[in-house]
Amino acid sequence: MKTILKKYKFDFPIILVFVLFVGSSFYFNYNPGKQIFKDNFWMFFKEMLVILPVMFILIGLFDVWIPKERIQKHIGNASGLKGMLLVMLLAFIQAGPLYAAFPVAYLLWKKGCSPVNVFIYISAFTTAKIPMLTFEIGFLGVKFSMLRILITIPVFILIGIIMGRYFKRNKCKINEG
Amino acid sequence: MQYLLAITALLVIISFIVDRKKTIQGIHKGLIQFFRILPTLLSVIIIISVVLFFVSDKLLIEYLGKEAGLGAYISAATIGSVSLLPGFIAYPLAGILVQSGVSYSVIAVFITTLMMVGILTIPIEVRYFGLKTTIIRNVLSFFGAIIVGTLMAFTYYLM
Repeated sequence: MKTILKKYKFDFPIILVFVLFVGSSFYFNYNPGKQIFKDNFWMFFKEMLVILPVMFILIGLFDVWIPKERIQKHIGNASGLKGMLLVMLLAFIQAGPLYAAFPVAYLLWKKGCSPVNVFIYISAFTTAKIPMLTFEIGFLGVKFSMLRILITIPVFILIGIIMGRYFKRNKCKINEG
Repeated sequence: MQYLLAITALLVIISFIVDRKKTIQGIHKGLIQFFRILPTLLSVIIIISVVLFFVSDKLLIEYLGKEAGLGAYISAATIGSVSLLPGFIAYPLAGILVQSGVSYSVIAVFITTLMMVGILTIPIEVRYFGLKTTIIRNVLSFFGAIIVGTLMAFTYYLM
């Protein structure tokens, strides 16, 4: 119990204050408070409650079904360019906000994905998810989207390589969350 | 979103038919991870909701539209790093920004930092990667976004 309280020492007070704030906003009919809850919080909360449990179920299934050797072979330390392309492809077909990429990154790393590829995965996930691209093209045009992606890919490969080197040199770890 | 649900349901069914025990074990593992991160997730989206209340669309348009030159890049990168907007809000907003005269390269910086840098989601990232790695990744992505914007400006200038 004590370790749980310590682990979430910032989170529980924030949640408690927010619950009290929203509760009293509705009670006293305080509009900004109601707006924060209805327009902003609820939108993120819905996304979180629908997408994340589903994602974690997929992560769990992936964990029990896919053997480490296979991951290691395809996107591990010796996978080279092919490995990079594979993690990018994996990232592009997903959906969800930035924080949804971290648990997947943990799983990939645990299964033997190289650090460089883990970071390329995170950048690719945030940059060019196909479900989001249709939105981007609709509002900003094909030319903008294609240019942005073509320019961003080398930049995030570079970031991935730098991060991967740093990660290995400092013997960093990815935790279970 | 629907396709994600459909694919998951299908995979769970197939997995269940092939091996019941393994499937339950996998779902259990996944959901435990979800509940472990849930308090941090909740507090982060609470903070984002409050910040978003103070940073309205109008404010963003005013800020990004008025500035020119390097200042526009810096403010686009800063605003993009701090805020976390879902795509269905960010892209319509970017469309409005373009119509009100903001250049495509500034928009590229805004979109890139919005997606790659997450200052408000740092508490979540730290749970997985630790503080130091998290900060380095975010700083690198911040400068990466500025590089993307500069190259975009250059390409648009050449075309």
